[in-house]
Amino acid sequence: MLEIKNLHVKLEEEDKQILKGVDLTVEAGKVHAIMGPNGSGKSTLSYVLSGRDGYEVTEGSATLDGEDLLELEPEERAALGLFLAFQYPVEIPGVGNMTFLRTAVNAQRKVRGEEELSAADFLKLVRAKAKTLKIDADMLKRPVNVGFSGGEKKRNEILQMAMLEPKMCILDETDSGLDVDAMKLVADGVNALRDEGRGFLVITHYQRLLDHIKPDVVHIMANGRIVKTGGPELALEVEHNGYADILAEVN
Amino acid sequence: MAALDQTQVKEGVDQETVDAVREVGAYKYGWDTDIEMEYAPKGVNPDIVRLISEKNEEPEWMTEWRLAAFERWTQMKEPKWAMVHYPEIDFQDQYYYARPKSMETKPKSLDEVDPKLLATYEKLGIPLKEQMILAGVEGAEDAPAEGRKVAVDAVFDSVSVGTTFQEELKKHGVIFCSISEAIREHPELVKKYLGSVVPVSDNFYATLNSAVFSDGSFVYVPPGVRCPMELSTYFRINAENTGQFERTLIIADKGSYVSYLEGCTAPQRDTAQLHAAVVEIIVEEDAEVKYSTVQNWFPGDENGKGGIYNFVTKRADCRGDRSKVMWTQVETGSAVTWKYPSCILRGDDSQGEFYSIAITNNMQQADTGTKMIHLGKNTKSRIVSKGISAGKAQNTYRGLVSMHPKAKNSRNYTQCDSLLIGDKCGAHTVPYIEVRNNSSRCEHEATTSKVDDDQLFYCRQRGMDEEEAVALVVNGFCKDVLQALPMEFAMEAQQLVAISLEGSVG
Repeated sequence: MLEIKNLHVKLEEEDKQILKGVDLTVEAGKVHAIMGPNGSGKSTLSYVLSGRDGYEVTEGSATLDGEDLLELEPEERAALGLFLAFQYPVEIPGVGNMTFLRTAVNAQRKVRGEEELSAADFLKLVRAKAKTLKIDADMLKRPVNVGFSGGEKKRNEILQMAMLEPKMCILDETDSGLDVDAMKLVADGVNALRDEGRGFLVITHYQRLLDHIKPDVVHIMANGRIVKTGGPELALEVEHNGYADILAEVN
Repeated sequence: MAALDQTQVKEGVDQETVDAVREVGAYKYGWDTDIEMEYAPKGVNPDIVRLISEKNEEPEWMTEWRLAAFERWTQMKEPKWAMVHYPEIDFQDQYYYARPKSMETKPKSLDEVDPKLLATYEKLGIPLKEQMILAGVEGAEDAPAEGRKVAVDAVFDSVSVGTTFQEELKKHGVIFCSISEAIREHPELVKKYLGSVVPVSDNFYATLNSAVFSDGSFVYVPPGVRCPMELSTYFRINAENTGQFERTLIIADKGSYVSYLEGCTAPQRDTAQLHAAVVEIIVEEDAEVKYSTVQNWFPGDENGKGGIYNFVTKRADCRGDRSKVMWTQVETGSAVTWKYPSCILRGDDSQGEFYSIAITNNMQQADTGTKMIHLGKNTKSRIVSKGISAGKAQNTYRGLVSMHPKAKNSRNYTQCDSLLIGDKCGAHTVPYIEVRNNSSRCEHEATTSKVDDDQLFYCRQRGMDEEEAVALVVNGFCKDVLQALPMEFAMEAQQLVAISLEGSVG
């Protein structure tokens, strides 16, 4: 589904290489986790895949179901089914959460040539999905992420994901800033979306999120490259021994 | 369902906004109407003033009033203090009176009005046939009137084309007609109130307007009457090289209420055109007036050629105790805007509110704001101003809050927010605050922000294209003000906000 080959990326403004040949394939129905120390390039990978400005791809490719992602605008990638749950969800003052969601859902439907959801259908759908994430009506009315707690912001990201029903979900440090209960809620939300047609790329620092979202494959990223790939046991190894051993082994 | 639709509008952007952005070019009202016009000779002098007065079949006292204003005007100088720049205006190179030939003999009803004129308004989306404003609502007579019908006075260049729902309004004692008709039919009211809020000698443009105003709207709401529908005037400048000088006079007698809307458009022309209006509002004891404007005059092209110079004096006098006035304006058009709708809070416990969105794109310049003059005790005022600049445009908020010695325990709250799109535009805030007693309080907050790349990327990652994303963010920024507009206008205003910013990013 998601295929990344030999991806090299530098910052647009400075001569700094961040990704130095990433190879990664995420199959439909699978959950892949990427772990790694700070500054290893994990977040950059998620931004480059989703099309944020400021990066320059110098070599390599990234495709989703065979479509060249790197050629597309961010909104075109979104319509193809690529979703990024942000590490720091952005606040948009004055724009109701519901309005934002509805605009996004309908924008994607339009691009795909589907009919827009009516206000009533949309409302029904949002309410049902919000309920499972324990998002109350008040939070739906409030402006997007404004004054939300850390946990509320992350649950809101998962709500957007549930509404947009993407094919490929990238979760960028979704566990950061969450207490145990909030993490459980978020993980439940993600697990409910696990489906044989959908791939996940879970970027995280810590093993603990992976206790709740069980990965099929775990990658260790360091210095702009994936240095080790294994099963769920690899995450446990990191948890016990830290990254030092693995990095020493690779070097 | 209905409730949900309402929330949708109030919350921010709506699908219709987005569709409007897609469908519509930069200025959608740029076409003109090919119609035979009758002009007064170019320039302004006592003969022209007399001619305008004569065309309107005015009584002697009105002609004298105008001539005195003209005399005064010749001794005045154009103000230069605003932060706007434009070529010298040759006041003798303008037409001061232009009316469609077909209006020579005044039509007795809308049925007699030239179909071309009616078609013009239809094309602008303004219903001149008396009909329900909300589509699909039948049985106008029985339906609850509130919020359903809008009575329209349509002003085309120098003359009023017609006013709808006059009969029904009359049943409630509300007078809504063109000002020229009011001068003929209700001289006692006009004599009493005209120039009582904006004196003839108030400022250069107001004085010029007093001499040469050709038409405009007149509203009188009798004591205790809640006007059963929204009243509105649509101003259209069509003729070339013609200034539009309209005069609006609104009187809300004791305990009455009226909501009045004003919309403006003009064709796309290479030469700049002058628009100098005066609006006077009198609010008596316990009365309330809401005045909303959606100003969409032609802004000039992207190089600053053409467009309307909009020099307007608007003022409300809250004469009675507990009277209330609310100005809401959405200013998207005009090459140059110079406009400060003001409130004189004379009555004790009177209240003034000012909500404004001013958008400038390309080469547009706006210098706009308000004046809150607190004279009575316990008076309150609130100012919420949102300035949005894109392209190479300059946007200035200029406001005065003045608390007089007798205005004990008065309050003002001012919030000025500026939003910049791109790095070639400018936003300026010039607040003046004078407090001359020690029990009153003023609060002032101001922010300047840029449309944030992170916000745009967040929206785009969720599937919106760039223009949709900008419209969403900007509508969120304007939300406080859009909420203050009547339903029918809120939609239009949202679309306008999106359209005016088209092509401003990227």
